Amino acid sequence: MNDGKHARIGRLKWHCRRALLELDLVFQRFWSHYGNELDDETEADLRKLLALEDHDLWDLVSGREETQDPQMERMARLLRQLVAAPGQQANILST
Amino acid sequence: MNVPIRKFDAVIVGAGGAGLRAAIQLSEAGYKTAVLTKVFPTRSHTVAAQGGVAASLGNSEEDHWHWHMYDTVKGSDWLGDQDAIEFMCRKANEVVVELEHYGMPFDRLDNGKIYQRPFGGHMSNFGEKPVRRSCAAADRTGHAMLHAMYQRNVKVNTQFFVEWQALDLIRDAEGDVLGVTAMEMETGEIVMFHAKATIFATGGAGRIYYSSTNAFINTGDGLGMAARAGIPLEDMEFWQFHPTGVAGAGVLITEGVRGEGGILRNSSGERFMERYAPNAKDLASRDVVSRAMVTEINEGRGCGPNKDYVLLDITHLPPETIMKRLPGIHEIALQFAGVDALKEPIPVVPTCHYQMGGIPTNYHGQVVLGADSTPVPGFYAAGECACASVHGANRLGTNSLLDLLVFGKSAGESAVNDLRDSGRHHKPLPQAEIDNSVARVERLNSQKDGADVHETRLAMQRVMQKHAGVFRFNDLLKEGVQKIFAVADDVARTGIKDKSKVFNTARIEALELDNLVEVAKSTMVSAEARKESRGAHVRDDAHDTAETPNGRDDKNWLKHSLWHRDGNRLDYKPVHMKPLSVESIELKKRAY
Repeated sequence: MNDGKHARIGRLKWHCRRALLELDLVFQRFWSHYGNELDDETEADLRKLLALEDHDLWDLVSGREETQDPQMERMARLLRQLVAAPGQQANILST
Repeated sequence: MNVPIRKFDAVIVGAGGAGLRAAIQLSEAGYKTAVLTKVFPTRSHTVAAQGGVAASLGNSEEDHWHWHMYDTVKGSDWLGDQDAIEFMCRKANEVVVELEHYGMPFDRLDNGKIYQRPFGGHMSNFGEKPVRRSCAAADRTGHAMLHAMYQRNVKVNTQFFVEWQALDLIRDAEGDVLGVTAMEMETGEIVMFHAKATIFATGGAGRIYYSSTNAFINTGDGLGMAARAGIPLEDMEFWQFHPTGVAGAGVLITEGVRGEGGILRNSSGERFMERYAPNAKDLASRDVVSRAMVTEINEGRGCGPNKDYVLLDITHLPPETIMKRLPGIHEIALQFAGVDALKEPIPVVPTCHYQMGGIPTNYHGQVVLGADSTPVPGFYAAGECACASVHGANRLGTNSLLDLLVFGKSAGESAVNDLRDSGRHHKPLPQAEIDNSVARVERLNSQKDGADVHETRLAMQRVMQKHAGVFRFNDLLKEGVQKIFAVADDVARTGIKDKSKVFNTARIEALELDNLVEVAKSTMVSAEARKESRGAHVRDDAHDTAETPNGRDDKNWLKHSLWHRDGNRLDYKPVHMKPLSVESIELKKRAY
């Protein structure tokens, strides 16, 4: 990874530190799944989603609200898909 | 080592509710004020506060600050300082109305006044009957509050330094506070913020526990910095726990779930609360439910492969009731426990929620030292990082937002008064202190065979959860002290693989761990030493007798703990039982 990409990923990771624990946990799961290997489209989608306010972001990620924005919808759906399978406790280590 | 120096009249660390409120006071008075924050202000953890802010406005029914004061003293199990509590309750109406004028969109009554809702522990006429005292903005009170105050700060030209990690509090040989060192995340550059007044508003440190409702940013940065600079930490044994956090995640399952008929079960499916509270059962008070859960787990009746949680069962409720009356619970269970709550019970454990102790202050927001509470020149603190002490051994619901408004303003006002009246100037900086701070960061780059930050943090969290959790045992506490100091040895030799300068989150997490571990040590040591039960500190060997109601031993323990990092020693100072203008609220057994 070049220096520019490395710095951008670092900044995105930090912007995933949120005011609500629910979101911290969702993004923790995202990064442990993807590591630092984000393609440019996913990176752009995530950046756009992270501009939302925390409560609005959680409403979208938890499926309580919907969005007409295709980028945000794509990322919210991706985050929802990372949910543990029913009947199996999510393996979430606290940070 | 030379670092750039930036000079301000005042530097505030933290841009949650307390920091923003303090900044308004200073900027409005015309002082050049910097606010350092590691996340954007409106993403501070104040956002998570939903319940509202307490103020005896009496908009729906008769209320009085003196009744609010009584509830707060009783809630604190008489460990709260009654002068500070009177001050806060009397100031409540003023700060809420000010907030309204800043543009806070409070819910309203038809007559246009602020709507007030009832809340646990809020009573009229000295504990007689429930009263509507909580002012809210739907379920986004904290969020709306931050927005209103951030906008106000923009208007009055407060200068924000966003995504800066404060590193160390700088004091000179006389003990005066001269500012902080801080690192800009974007560049990795370290800068000395040289100030005549320094205010800490860095929030709590709930991430010391394995199971916590706190967001990841709550790493006790102010407490760590204060402890390293020789400021003691007060009443750190007192942490408020919530009985039902999702096991392994910490996300809160609201009490409403049990209110709607949810049942707690152990590994054999037994509704165990019937044994602990035959009448109230699953609706018993938070502390009774939490203790019962821990007892079940400790006696081997927990669930799961490690038998370390119990189950909250709502599968007997009609699905339409769950979806209609408990919105969000289904999603939370699915997201964080991996269960469909309509078909399977939810794994839950008592979960750390709020820190009552902190940096010792008086009700003026000045940081104080010693039994006679001498102010530290140039240093102030407010909000969850501070201990005024209004919450004592247990916080009353909705007093957290009130605390940050009242004492944020108070700290700002004290700083303004000191800047104006005492002729404070920029004293010469002690270079050795700045060098030490830079060296602490440099160590991370040069550490050979360093301990892994994530594993060390996890070890700390597990020790805290097991040894200083919601229900405490003498042997476990004693063992916990040994274990947490072993963890602290590892924290002192953490290493990072990524040495890059720009947005290096590994470095930030290592620096946060330096702060967390100071809070963890202070909690464990203070808890081990306090041989009574009081408020949120509950020991199994403190018995309910006529002399010690609920295990509370006023004869020996009606006093504040002060933990000193240097030498790992404790001393104590008396509780202020004398209010400012009214009679003392006399000690009695805390019962609801």
